[in-house]
Amino acid sequence: MSDTIKDELQHDHNHDGIDRRGFLKCMAWAGTGALCVMQGGVLKSFSLSEMSQMDGKVARGELSFVQISDSHMGFNKAANPNVVGTLQAAVDKINSLANPPEFMLHTGDISHLSKPEEFDIVDQILKSAAPKDVFFVPGEHDMLNDEGKQYLERYAKDAQVGGWYSFDRKGVHFIGLVNVLNLKAGGLGTLGPEQLQWLENDLARLKHSTPIVVFAHIPLWSIYPEWGWGTDDSAQALAFLKKFGSVTVLNGHIHQTMQKVEGNITFHTAASTAFPQPQPGQADSPGPMKVPAEQLKSLLGITSVNFVRGLHALAVTDSTLG
Amino acid sequence: MTKSRLSTSGVLFAVIALVLLAGSQRAALNAQQAASSAAEVKIDNFSFGPATLTVPVGTTVTWTNRDDIPHTVVSTDEPRVFKSKVLDTDEKFSFTFSRAGAYSYFCSIHPKMTGKIVVQ
Repeated sequence: MSDTIKDELQHDHNHDGIDRRGFLKCMAWAGTGALCVMQGGVLKSFSLSEMSQMDGKVARGELSFVQISDSHMGFNKAANPNVVGTLQAAVDKINSLANPPEFMLHTGDISHLSKPEEFDIVDQILKSAAPKDVFFVPGEHDMLNDEGKQYLERYAKDAQVGGWYSFDRKGVHFIGLVNVLNLKAGGLGTLGPEQLQWLENDLARLKHSTPIVVFAHIPLWSIYPEWGWGTDDSAQALAFLKKFGSVTVLNGHIHQTMQKVEGNITFHTAASTAFPQPQPGQADSPGPMKVPAEQLKSLLGITSVNFVRGLHALAVTDSTLG
Repeated sequence: MTKSRLSTSGVLFAVIALVLLAGSQRAALNAQQAASSAAEVKIDNFSFGPATLTVPVGTTVTWTNRDDIPHTVVSTDEPRVFKSKVLDTDEKFSFTFSRAGAYSYFCSIHPKMTGKIVVQ
C-alpha cells in the first residue's frame, strides 16, 4: 500500500473514531495486511510496511494472540478444493509471526459438515502451530444434526452447559459466546436469555477498566441482515459491555475482514482459512466465491491481536495467506 | 418367396414395435400418475424455489440442495412436522403430506431461508 496514505483517520463526523473514508481505507488495506490500533477511542491505522518503523510498544504489546476462523474442513468445491492446504498455510503464517502469539482463538466453522474426521483433521493441523492453547467457539457448521452434542464434548468440556465461557489472560478478560444454536425461522444469530443472563453475571464482577475481548462466530453487529450477517439479541449483550473502557469483538462467519468502531467497542471480522464470500449484497447469495486460483490465498488469512497495557489499545492485524 | 418372407418379418417387426410403443405409453402414464402425487422444491442461492408450493393431500415433496453449502429443511411448527438431516450438495429430502394444512419451514443453518407448503 502507498506510503503516502496518512496514518490517522480524518473527517470523523460521528465522533466514533472512524469515518467512511477511513473505513474504506482500512478495508482496502485489509486484503494486503493492515494494522488498526485504537488509542483513546481514536482508531489509527498503519500499513504493514510501516510497522517496522513503529514504536516497539505499539507493535508488540504485552499480550499477543491470533484469531483464525472458518476452516470448513471437509469443503471440497471449486472455491477451494484444498482446505487442508490453506489451513496448513495459515498455521505456517502463525508460526512465522515476528511476535509469537501466546494462544489461538478459533471463531467457528471448524468443520464443514460436523463430521468427526473433519474435526480430527483440524485438531491434527493445529497441533503443528507454535501456540498450544486454542479457544474455540462453534459455527453453525459445527453443530449440525446433533444440536452441538459432539462439538460440546470435544471443545467445550469446561464451558457452561451451552458452550459459552470466559477466561483471563494478563489482565484481559476473554468471553467466548455461542450464537449459532436454536436459530429461529426468518431470524439471525441468537444468544438466548440464558446466555445473556450468564454474560451479565460474568461481567458484574469486573472493574470497568478491564479490557474485554468477546469472540463469537456470527457477527455481533448488524453487517447485512438480508444474508443473516448479524445477531438478533446482540444489542443486549453490547449494552452490558458499554460501561467498559476497552471492548474488542472478534467474529467470523462472513469470510472477509471488516471493521467498525462504535463508542468504546471495536468490531472486527476475520478472513476464512477456507474460501472467500462476496461482499454484502454483491452477489445473489453469500455462497462460496470462486476466484482465480492464484488469487485465492490473497483472500484468506489470519488475524493477530496485540494488547498494550496503559494505552487501552488492542491492535488488530489482518494478514493474508499469500 | 423371398419377398413374402421379408414382408412377414416386416409385419413381425411392426407388431413388436407396437407392443414396445404401448409399453412405453403405459410407462409414461404411470409416470404421470406418480407426478400428480410428487412435487419438487429446489434449493438454489440460499433460497427455496418455489418459496410457496401448493400440492394435493398425499403428495410427496422432495427438496434438492443445489448449493455449494449445506442446508436443512425444518418445519417451524412445534413439535416439528418434518426435519431433514443436513443436506450437502445434490442431496435430497422427501416428506409425504398426508393432511391438509399450511406447513411453514426454514433452513435451521441459515434461518433467513424460509418456505411454505400448502396442502389442499
